[in-house]
Amino acid sequence: MLARLFEEIPRFFSHYNTIFLLKAAATTLCLSAGGCIMGLLIGFSLALIRITRGQLLLPARILSISYVESFRRVPFLVTLLFMFFVYHALNLTVSVFIVGLTTVCLIAASYTGEIVRAGMESVHITQWEATEAMNFTLVQKLRLVILPQAWKVILPPLFYFFLGFIKDTALASQIGVVELTYSGKVLNNKGFSAALVFGTVLALYFTISYPLARFGAWMEKKVGVSKDRRR
Amino acid sequence: MAHGWRRRLAYLRIEDVDAFYGDTQVLHGVQLSIEKGQIVSLIGPSGSGKSTLLRVLVGLNKPRRGSVWLDGKPIEYGNKKALRAARDRFAIVFQQFNLFQNMNVLKNVTIVPVRIKKRDAQQVKKEATALLQKVGLGDKLHAYPDELSGGQQQRVAIARALALRPDVLLLDEVTSALDPELINEVLDTIRLLAKEGMTMVIVSHEMAFVREVASKVLFMDEGRIVEAGEAKEVLDNPKTDRAKEFMAKILRE
Repeated sequence: MLARLFEEIPRFFSHYNTIFLLKAAATTLCLSAGGCIMGLLIGFSLALIRITRGQLLLPARILSISYVESFRRVPFLVTLLFMFFVYHALNLTVSVFIVGLTTVCLIAASYTGEIVRAGMESVHITQWEATEAMNFTLVQKLRLVILPQAWKVILPPLFYFFLGFIKDTALASQIGVVELTYSGKVLNNKGFSAALVFGTVLALYFTISYPLARFGAWMEKKVGVSKDRRR
Repeated sequence: MAHGWRRRLAYLRIEDVDAFYGDTQVLHGVQLSIEKGQIVSLIGPSGSGKSTLLRVLVGLNKPRRGSVWLDGKPIEYGNKKALRAARDRFAIVFQQFNLFQNMNVLKNVTIVPVRIKKRDAQQVKKEATALLQKVGLGDKLHAYPDELSGGQQQRVAIARALALRPDVLLLDEVTSALDPELINEVLDTIRLLAKEGMTMVIVSHEMAFVREVASKVLFMDEGRIVEAGEAKEVLDNPKTDRAKEFMAKILRE
């Protein structure tokens, strides 16, 4: 069994297959990175809108809350198909990759929005009051006092979400995006042994997510999630 | 009232102020005037509105009725710019210190003068160091708040407030969260300020201290100022039953 597997290796890593797999890995990476980066940016803005107080921004607040609350409650796959048909309905001709990317951004934004909001609210109200009494503007409050303390609460769940998210991008295959899992299925159907194909896919997923996990750990250390930060 | 404005106005004047937490009214028509250099002490049971009054002055609670006059001008709490200008003249020290946990002691004191008031960083640093030496923390400049005792944190908070160069210093039960043996180090700091002529509004349960430094004492109960007068008068000869009861309870402790 194992001998046959080894025999198969040179044939499996042919020029065409290698490029096919790497392209698929790149697609997964793009979906993940796009989701994480855009998601964080949008999610961050959503959280910021949510903590504002003024009457003028009330509609924006309502929109932000309903967005976060609804997208977090809908299954990834449903959102994906929904976006697929929205693009159709709007008569926009885009690649399935773009549909997939839009979807992951929308979903990631709703989750990170919630994570960032929870982090900012974890900073005690008295810290907000102290800054208020000392005339900090909203940006100064966030940048100088609130966020430096909130990162500790934001980062662990954020990276937990990101790492899980990389795997979720596999669902994009349902609308025909050739990402890592899908490419594995294709190669498997071509007759390569499942162990070899999915073993390789597994290694590629690991290659994508491990650096992110290390980066998360490094960031957490940097902002002092662990207690003994300065001693 | 017709000729009221002709009278020399007190430095800080609170007129008929009502304040609410949600629907609960916590201040009822509070009146108070404070001269420059005067130390006014607010006493009374918890929940009587003492802290709220201080919070109203810095606009953390907006008064729903009445007005606050500082230096002859009313503070417009609804106007952002005016409120910022007014806040520049007050500094408040909280019961729970509220130091910025992510900054060391020196940074806590310098951050507002440098980043918010845009003063010269070197100059501010020099002043801050001097202030911290004055409150006895010259050797803790680079410590973080969670490495300090409560008394030390509170002294940092006072130094931070002084670095704002306030016209009026508001002290909200600054010793209530401290262990008994740490209280005096904070009171000594306040005594020092009193000697220097700082205008202060002090909410405190330290009756001996109030008697010593306050030029005027106000007894509050259920959001109203029930008695006001010289420290001796209010503390030793309370006139209302509520105040008598309170003094008896406090003195028994």
